[in-house]
Amino acid sequence: MVAGLLRRTWAMTWKDVTVELRARERVNAMLFFAALVLFIFNFALGPDREKLREVAPGLLWLAFLFTGMLGLGRSFQAERENECFEELLLTPGDRESIFFGKLAGNVLFMVTAEALILPLFGILYNLDIWAYLPSLALVAFLGTVGFSTLGTLLAAMTAHLRAREVMLPLLLFPLTVPVILGSVHATEAILAGQGLGQVSHWLKLLCGFDLIFLVVSPLAFEFVLEE
Amino acid sequence: MAEAMVDAQGLTKVFGTTLALDAVDLRVDPGEVVALLGPNGAGKTTLLKLLATAIKPTAGGGRVLGVDLSKGRDAIRRRIGMISHNHHLYEELTAEENLKFAAVMHGMRVDGGPIFKALTEVGLDGQARRKVRTFSNGMKRRLVIGKMLLFEPDLLFLDEPHNTLDQAAIALLNGYVASVAARGGAAVMATHNLSRAYGMADRFVLMRDGAVVRRVDKRGLSADQLRELYGRYAESAEAAGTEGVRQGP
Repeated sequence: MVAGLLRRTWAMTWKDVTVELRARERVNAMLFFAALVLFIFNFALGPDREKLREVAPGLLWLAFLFTGMLGLGRSFQAERENECFEELLLTPGDRESIFFGKLAGNVLFMVTAEALILPLFGILYNLDIWAYLPSLALVAFLGTVGFSTLGTLLAAMTAHLRAREVMLPLLLFPLTVPVILGSVHATEAILAGQGLGQVSHWLKLLCGFDLIFLVVSPLAFEFVLEE
Repeated sequence: MAEAMVDAQGLTKVFGTTLALDAVDLRVDPGEVVALLGPNGAGKTTLLKLLATAIKPTAGGGRVLGVDLSKGRDAIRRRIGMISHNHHLYEELTAEENLKFAAVMHGMRVDGGPIFKALTEVGLDGQARRKVRTFSNGMKRRLVIGKMLLFEPDLLFLDEPHNTLDQAAIALLNGYVASVAARGGAAVMATHNLSRAYGMADRFVLMRDGAVVRRVDKRGLSADQLRELYGRYAESAEAAGTEGVRQGP
């Protein structure tokens, strides 16, 4: 049973990645958008190093989250085309594998975008992020998992709505406030030179959120798919 | 008497405030091809989706392939196939990748052998590595039939299957449906194409406004008589809600 779930999950992720590698609709848009956000704020804030240091964590997560939102909004695009959703619905077996497969793809795309955003962010805002890279990567990963988990569920819920591009952020941002808070504050502390031990309370919050929604979302996903 | 492939009673579906299907009974026996005929909005697709377990009924129930519709959805899904006017294919994947993905999601462990065999049977063996996006509609439909050959369903649901098909693809589709019925399976087809339905089906269920208005057996019935009945019952406003059972002309 577990082997079947893993096989189906892997197939779903492989399908999403293959489709994206060939169509290049999602990651290209995500990267271009993230670069635009960073450039615009860089010009708007000017060269004041102190001011930049203050707003940098928020800006970084603004770029991460808006970019992630762009990706999530298109995560069921392939299923909408030619009613492939219906085909998935008629497959026997668990629905969790569809959810986890989609989630893995979404996390992968968001992490890829973040890996390219982070160096650009360091260069544009003249911040020494390299010394803190492992800690920043951990926070980014935990925040990304939480955001993507709930995002994947809500993207499925809104996939068939005409106003899905509006509904997804309206639903997702308020529900992921704990993730956004935890990620921004942990990033702020790390960029200020604090170690992981000093931000453990934020990491615990992120882990807790991730764990809860990794359990709840696949269960809710079944109901989303069935009706 | 052999167990029915479909034995549904009182199937009702309400979407919000819209009654899409109104207490429909349907029985399909092994070896039969049944055509659901009616104009757009008659409830044909909703009935197919209910029987295929894609949606749940608001009321009513029944058995599909001997399995309770509300309790054995997985068991039903393992033995059915759906061919619709939307071909359910991923455009950026190749023909071979589409079949592989569908097989894994269907819980099957297949290597290249059965996939290549299915592609060969539908004449797409030379196109296995081509993206589906570059296929014509006829080729896409052939690939869907290839998928069905891989799954070997006992019960086929077809939703306007002939839309946008060329003659070769129509012949392949009709031949495949006949082969499923010939090996003891069955097919339920929703269409408003009367001549295609007449060529393929053994029985006709005329629907209008979510209800069955007439059931007709093909024995002794001409295509013109079917057309006349369709005009009188499925397209006529006065006929709504007045079901009759007719054996032959």
